Amino acid sequence: MSNPGRESFWSRFRRPDSTLIAFSLIGSTLVIFSFLALATITLTQLADLTFLVRVATDSRVINSIALTFGAGLAVVFILLLFGTPLAYVLARTHSRINSLVEALIDIPLVLPHTVAGIMVYLLFMQRGLLGAPLKDIGIVFEDALPGIVMAMLFVSMPFYVNTVREGFQKVPLHIENVARTLGATRFKAFVLVVIPLSARHILNGSVLAWGRAISEFAAVIMIAYYPMIVSTLIYYRFTTGGLKESSAIAFLMIIASFSVFLVIRIATRYLGSYDDRV
Amino acid sequence: MVLEIRNLEKRLGDFALHNISLTIGEGEYFMVLGPTGAGKTVLLETIAGIIKPESGNIFLFGRDITVLPPEERGFSIVYQDFMLFPHLTVFENIAFGLREQRLPFPELRDRVTGISELLGISDLLERAPHTLSGGEQQRAAMARALVMRPRILLLDEPMSALDAASRIRLRQELKRIHRNTGTTVIHITHYFEDLFPLADRLAVMQDGAIVQVGTPEEIFNQPESDFVAHFTGMENIFRGSAVRRGDEVEIDLGPIVLHAVTPLEGDVIAGIRADELILSPEPFDSTARNTFRGTVSEIQANGVFSRVVVDVGVPMCGIITRQSLFRLGLTPGQEITVIFKASAVHVFPA
Repeated sequence: MSNPGRESFWSRFRRPDSTLIAFSLIGSTLVIFSFLALATITLTQLADLTFLVRVATDSRVINSIALTFGAGLAVVFILLLFGTPLAYVLARTHSRINSLVEALIDIPLVLPHTVAGIMVYLLFMQRGLLGAPLKDIGIVFEDALPGIVMAMLFVSMPFYVNTVREGFQKVPLHIENVARTLGATRFKAFVLVVIPLSARHILNGSVLAWGRAISEFAAVIMIAYYPMIVSTLIYYRFTTGGLKESSAIAFLMIIASFSVFLVIRIATRYLGSYDDRV
Repeated sequence: MVLEIRNLEKRLGDFALHNISLTIGEGEYFMVLGPTGAGKTVLLETIAGIIKPESGNIFLFGRDITVLPPEERGFSIVYQDFMLFPHLTVFENIAFGLREQRLPFPELRDRVTGISELLGISDLLERAPHTLSGGEQQRAAMARALVMRPRILLLDEPMSALDAASRIRLRQELKRIHRNTGTTVIHITHYFEDLFPLADRLAVMQDGAIVQVGTPEEIFNQPESDFVAHFTGMENIFRGSAVRRGDEVEIDLGPIVLHAVTPLEGDVIAGIRADELILSPEPFDSTARNTFRGTVSEIQANGVFSRVVVDVGVPMCGIITRQSLFRLGLTPGQEITVIFKASAVHVFPA
């Protein structure tokens, strides 16, 4: 009583928020799991740096990582071009067909990726519905880059389309209407108002889709075991060369992916930061 | 005549615009009044070209624009939630439409500066919309619409998102802008305080249909349906001039002077609900400030309630029960006293 300042200091601890504390303890299990996985692979790799450097300078490893990232980038490019208009139509129309279209786009989310791989393979193989005519004009999918891109595209589509559709839905229809009464065509209103206001969502959709694309394995090997993307290479080295070699490549992939995500996040920190206020 | 709407029909889910016909004159300030869900915004967006009607026609200066897209109509719209482009500065918001017209920059800058001065937002041009107050955003949205010199300015409840004080200011602002620019305005509202200071004419909407069109006085004094009478809620509407006398004001209507409680002075509209009038065959003393002697000019008995119009110099309409009508034995031509409190007089700026 004689020291009110001290009393208020202690009173802060009198009624701890037991729910938050309990939830933090329970939830930390997942964080610890992820941290331990990361720590284990890091420590084993750093223990033998010369080996790690040798693997990192192996041109087959470098090519494989470049191939994976490049194919992922191609997927993002295709999605920007084809997925953006689709997302806008889904966001701005209320037809009965919409839920059917959304279900079709979501199919890869609820299928084992080997099943997705079989579907892509059947469609794009040299005797496939699309594979056969495209072979005639010189595009081959089996064991080739186009096959990798198609398999990656199929599984990452829902991530892009759903994220961007949500972004478009957050842009009020009224703001588009204002742009149009001010003399902009619907397309110009889309370019000048809707795109800038959903830039965050387009970026997030692209990053999610890219991440999904580079992590694909099962769907890709069905149609293109060669050229080897990183997942295929790791699996191949794991079954032939053993754990040591495959985990070195895995560690390099972790570093490469983290770096890319970090750079993207920093570079786009301020992009579309107004879109929460729309 | 600027705009003519003929037999417009539009179905949107459960809602439908039904057989809308309207004509709006050059430079007219036209208001659309109705409760939420009456279809006011749908009507406005149909006029703007955003919603396509199923049948019916819209004519602009006699030319059929029913299927013309919004960007080719030359109308501007201001929504109640302002809808400024959050990724652009206030200047770029106002300049948006002029840039679409590919106006050379010096002229564009002059137009933006000019309209900003008219609306008193010259200091805000480099600011981002989210840093503005509600009233400032409203002015910026108004500037963005007016800078286009629209053939018709469409206002969708432009004052609903503002506090009471800003609303009164903006109302005066709108009146001034309308006088200065002579722009034809179609203004949607559900506040009837907006009507008297602004509207030349108005339409009352109910369930997707227009139920009455006229001047504010016509609508309030001669409601053509129960809905309009009920929705407007006031059967006695008078124009007068208010002079302060202590705690009260005296509103001079010409033949009689009303006592009222209001901060307003000068030209005002006074409204008294019919059910707040007390009718008495004999004059009696009471605390009520308004007592007038007059003759019964009209009695309409309908249902439980009867409307009694008493000429006290101006016609005043009261509502009494059928029982009271018989008990008092009222007949046309009879002398009677009308009594109501000063607080029963609702005063609006004229």
